[in-house]
Amino acid sequence: MAAVTRPDPFLRDRSHPVKPTPLGAVVILLVLIALSLAALVPLYWMFATSLTPSAMTVRFPPELIPSDPTLDNYRAVLRQPNFWSWVKNSLIQSLSVTAVIVATASMAGYAIAKLPFRGSRLLFWLFILSMMLPFEAILVPLFLVVTRLGLVDTYLGLLLPLMAAPFAIFLMKQFIQTLPSELIDAARVDGASEPRIFWDVVLPLVRPGLAFLGIITFVAQWNSFVWPLVVTRSSEMRTLQVGLVLIREQEPLFFGLQMAAAVMAAIPVIVVFFAFQRYFLRGVTVGALKG
Amino acid sequence: MSTTTTPSGLTGGEARPRATARGRADGSPRGRGSGALGRTGVWGAVFVAPQTLLFVAFFLVPVVIAFALAFMEVRPTRMTWVGLDNFQRALGDQLFHRALINTSVFTAVVVVFWLGKALLIAYLLDPMNRTLQTFFKSAFYLPAVTSSIIISLIWLWIFNPTFGLLNAFVGLFGVEPVAWLGNTATALPALMVMQVVMGGGSSIVLLSAALARIPRDLYEVALIDGAKRPTIFAKVILPLIRPTLLYLVVTGTINTFQVFDAVYVMTQGGPQFATTTVVFRIYQEAFQRFNLGYASAQAIVLFLITLVLAAVQFRMLGQNVEY
Repeated sequence: MAAVTRPDPFLRDRSHPVKPTPLGAVVILLVLIALSLAALVPLYWMFATSLTPSAMTVRFPPELIPSDPTLDNYRAVLRQPNFWSWVKNSLIQSLSVTAVIVATASMAGYAIAKLPFRGSRLLFWLFILSMMLPFEAILVPLFLVVTRLGLVDTYLGLLLPLMAAPFAIFLMKQFIQTLPSELIDAARVDGASEPRIFWDVVLPLVRPGLAFLGIITFVAQWNSFVWPLVVTRSSEMRTLQVGLVLIREQEPLFFGLQMAAAVMAAIPVIVVFFAFQRYFLRGVTVGALKG
Repeated sequence: MSTTTTPSGLTGGEARPRATARGRADGSPRGRGSGALGRTGVWGAVFVAPQTLLFVAFFLVPVVIAFALAFMEVRPTRMTWVGLDNFQRALGDQLFHRALINTSVFTAVVVVFWLGKALLIAYLLDPMNRTLQTFFKSAFYLPAVTSSIIISLIWLWIFNPTFGLLNAFVGLFGVEPVAWLGNTATALPALMVMQVVMGGGSSIVLLSAALARIPRDLYEVALIDGAKRPTIFAKVILPLIRPTLLYLVVTGTINTFQVFDAVYVMTQGGPQFATTTVVFRIYQEAFQRFNLGYASAQAIVLFLITLVLAAVQFRMLGQNVEY
């Protein structure tokens, strides 16, 4: 593949057996540009509006490029009561849930893949089955459990239920299963304890899997809405996603303010996305296909 | 929409029992282990314990409670067993019917168009060079990492009847301003358009990976046979990416059926229940009217529908492909 020196002028993959004609390649590019613009213009619009003075957003037709860009909307967001609490809570939620899930799900995945015990297959199938159940179906009883434990509107109540992660266990099991058991057995012969084997042999080998799990969990937690909405009550316990909705309820006509808050809430995941782009774009297949 | 997913769950990711725990009776220091589990088995149970505890407390127990609640009437002071009353009420509840219809229409339209879009894009990208692929995959993925709340707020602004971008755009073609979300005829379609336009990022990546895995000699054989592009697509590509498609259809349907965030932020189920969805109904019943029993019965109906949908789709699409 790398043997081709001159790049294809129509950006085609030279080695592809069913290459489009030059005209076909141009049509493809136009279709791709149109479809991607449809999805990106709204994101641009969020950004542009966030820089537009409030007075200019309530005008028709709207300005596509802010003629008088300002950071006033961002200042107004920072003046929102409890804004920093929301940021803090979102950070606490995303980081702690991600850390706990990565740690415990890799342990559980290792146990199921390599340390079978009586009932481990049954447990695994319970995990799988639970992935089929919509979260919303257990929203009410989950709330009752948390209420009974006296944890409504507390960090524990917010965080603990989010840390139960059958999908993460499944993912880590798939990664760890591909490791050669001989390696683990060899360490065992050398007299390494099981925690040591897990830490020194297994984890280093599944580092890409851990990174992948950590990244998608962070993004999912940062973006999560329903559970934080239901389990938090006081304004200072809200997370950023819930806070965005509160801002919009309180200031329905200040679009600049809403969009500035939205930009600020979007920045962390966009940074994570570009920093770890290859993990998102690889289309992880968890090794099972190679079976 | 779910962030990232893996297609392998369906394709027999089932563990081949690899006999990892064959007793190390041969020489390791404490090789005999303890009892029937063996040393590794005990450690397995220890390693799985934290997630199992979380799972029992925050999943298994709630599921059991959900089933119990569905047969009860819950009042602040007491709970009474009411048998199938809640389910009978759901069967006769006009609003719940409306929610089911809205959600079904929404799901059917969104899944078809969103997956069609993802397949089209992945197919168009496949013969292009790597740089271009990466560029467009990122472009389409960006909305997928942005939260549904942010997307909803942006589109609430775009759909704004007085100052919104969309009315400015259609105005270029002489169309009068429309109250997209305020009109019973356009509200649900508006939400569908939003989902389809913004969705697809992770599916494109998965479909792209599936297309790239197709052995190239299969194309060459088809070309030698004189097959044209549409034939190659139908006879070579589609059958080979079927496991990925199946996975996307099943998870896409389940996820879309649970649409809630956009409804909550953008329409609150209105106007006149035109965008009331099942999960939004459950939310209202449970957290605004505190009818926990009735809400649980509706949630169980949702769960059963989800199971049936997944089972039907598996039957229709689910023959494993080996290559």
